[in-house]
Amino acid sequence: SYLISFSLQQRIEIHKLRQGDNLILGFSIGGGIDQDPTQNPFSEDKTDKGIYVTRVTEGGPAEVAGLQIGDKIMQVNGWDMTMVTHDQARKRLTKRNEEVVRLLVTRQSLQKAVQQSMMS
Amino acid sequence: KIEPLKVTVDFLKVPLGLKKPPLKEALAALPGKPKSHILERHKSRRSDAMDNESQYSGYSYKSGHSRSSRKHRDRRERHRSKSRDGTRGDKSVTIQAPGEPLLDNESTRGDERDDNWGETTTVVTGTSEHSISHDDLTRITKDMEDSAHLDCSRHLGVALGVALALLAFLTPLAFLLLPQLLWREELEPCGTPCEGLFISVAFKLLILLLGSWALFFRRPKAFFPRVFVFRALLMVLVFLLVVSYWLFYGVRILDSRDRNYRGVVQFAVSLVDALLFVHYLAVVLLELRQLQPQFTLKAVRSADGASRFYNVGHLSIQRAAVWILENYYHDFPVYNPALLNLPKSVLSKKMSGFKVYSLGEENSTNNSTGQSRAVIAAAARRRDNSHNEFYYEEAEHERRVRKRRARLVVAVEEAFTHIKRLQEEDQKNPREIMDPREAAQAIFASMARAMQKYLRTTKQQPYHTMESILQHLEFCITHDMTPKVGGVRYLMAGPTIQYHKDRWLAKQWTLVSEEPVTNGLKDGVVFVLKRQDFSLVVSTKKIPFFKLSEEFVDPKSHKFIMRLQSETSV
Repeated sequence: SYLISFSLQQRIEIHKLRQGDNLILGFSIGGGIDQDPTQNPFSEDKTDKGIYVTRVTEGGPAEVAGLQIGDKIMQVNGWDMTMVTHDQARKRLTKRNEEVVRLLVTRQSLQKAVQQSMMS
Repeated sequence: KIEPLKVTVDFLKVPLGLKKPPLKEALAALPGKPKSHILERHKSRRSDAMDNESQYSGYSYKSGHSRSSRKHRDRRERHRSKSRDGTRGDKSVTIQAPGEPLLDNESTRGDERDDNWGETTTVVTGTSEHSISHDDLTRITKDMEDSAHLDCSRHLGVALGVALALLAFLTPLAFLLLPQLLWREELEPCGTPCEGLFISVAFKLLILLLGSWALFFRRPKAFFPRVFVFRALLMVLVFLLVVSYWLFYGVRILDSRDRNYRGVVQFAVSLVDALLFVHYLAVVLLELRQLQPQFTLKAVRSADGASRFYNVGHLSIQRAAVWILENYYHDFPVYNPALLNLPKSVLSKKMSGFKVYSLGEENSTNNSTGQSRAVIAAAARRRDNSHNEFYYEEAEHERRVRKRRARLVVAVEEAFTHIKRLQEEDQKNPREIMDPREAAQAIFASMARAMQKYLRTTKQQPYHTMESILQHLEFCITHDMTPKVGGVRYLMAGPTIQYHKDRWLAKQWTLVSEEPVTNGLKDGVVFVLKRQDFSLVVSTKKIPFFKLSEEFVDPKSHKFIMRLQSETSV
């Protein structure tokens, strides 16, 4: 067997839903460079201070678009999300003039699936 | 050596009178006792008291010391005769108490024979007044010769020290007086300076006297097997000092009849100064050097594994041994041989089930080891349930002890509620007023049975005679102690010194060591203090060298942040 190293990422396009005066995406985030990474239940590496998806509301736009709980958000509309504070991440996701956000996410289950298929 | 001593033990079963009449009276009394139930019991109890006497005539550390005053010895004798009378007074008390006696014949006889054998083997030194004085000496001459030799050397040491001290003390005075006596007319007159020097000599000698009294004139706490090195060193030093001063004095001053008296006085003052410095050296060597802890000694009792740790400084092995012994008597629980063995019902017959037959080989030399190994292996493989029995036996015993303990505690509490201190305003008729002894006897009756049962279950009954219990109760009542104190002493085995001294304190220990006992302690030294039925194994460990480093913490540096994991919904 041979070792291929690449990061598996998925692009997800979420259309925001208008609820009254707000545009909501339908998920919750946790993490950030100002947060405590050891309390993150989803990260494999406990020093990872990236932004993770901690909850996905049922039937919301995020679930419809294919976002899953535990996903790590790498980019939002081209903006890097791996080295931002929690508040900066929130702001980038909730810009009032954007109706669509394109996320670049990575998840462990993807990587594991590929590894297994490679080995078999 | 055992056989002649056995004879003496039998003979010693009479109180060794310091005055003749009690001896004769006891001798007359002893065979003539009627074989009544109660009094037979007391014969066994009196033999406890007998053994006290034989014990005391042993290597009592107080005996034979020339410096111990008559006063001390007389006081001790009076105390001992008082305690003897106390135990003989048991008779009257028992008759009042109900029920069975506190001491069984069977339970104590074996124990006391075991325990007190050790004491009786060291019986006679022939040096103290307490020892068998008149007729019996002829029987035991051999022992006397052996031990007299040792005590001779001790006497010698003491006498030598005293002589040296006297010599050193009187020398300056001699230095001062001799010119006055021998060639008074030729001396230059020496006025004020000399008188000043006389005063200083007087006070320095007084200080030296007091200091020597404080440092040296103390009752030795033990007899060491070997010479105490530092003391010997100091004596040699003092001797050399005095001799050299005398030499100088004799040659330069006496022979030439020096006329300068002031010089002579100054010479004498310098001797006194030198003696004071030697005294300072003695304080440092004998007292101060061992104070700073350098070693940790672990003392383990071989019989039941009780162990303690002690910190000591630089001591020789023999001094460390005495230190350990001094602490042993108040730290270690009393040695109770009855508690050591597993009950017979538990120890099953392990090895006896197998017989080994050898087939074929007749002349195999290593057959025996092979046989025993086979037996051991087979016995190990056999299903052995003795641990089960042990476990259940232990649990049962534990339950029984707890039940009896509860009964004892309740009995003691109830007994103590009946006694109240007499207040001034209480009007009671004189017949009802009791002194502590009578009060103790009054309440003892109600708790006697519970106490006896408890002591028997925990196998402590040899340690508590009726007399000792009554004394303890009297003590508690006099000092207004709660029933908890009155009872707690019996609940557990305490340190050895708590029990009646004469019976349980042994004074003869043997020091077993691979290195000479005057060597100092070093890391890894092991020595053993042996008694008849158990021994104390002492091992040394050096206290490690601690490297302490400093870290400065600024009080303003204590700052904290919140570590969050917030979750925001978008």
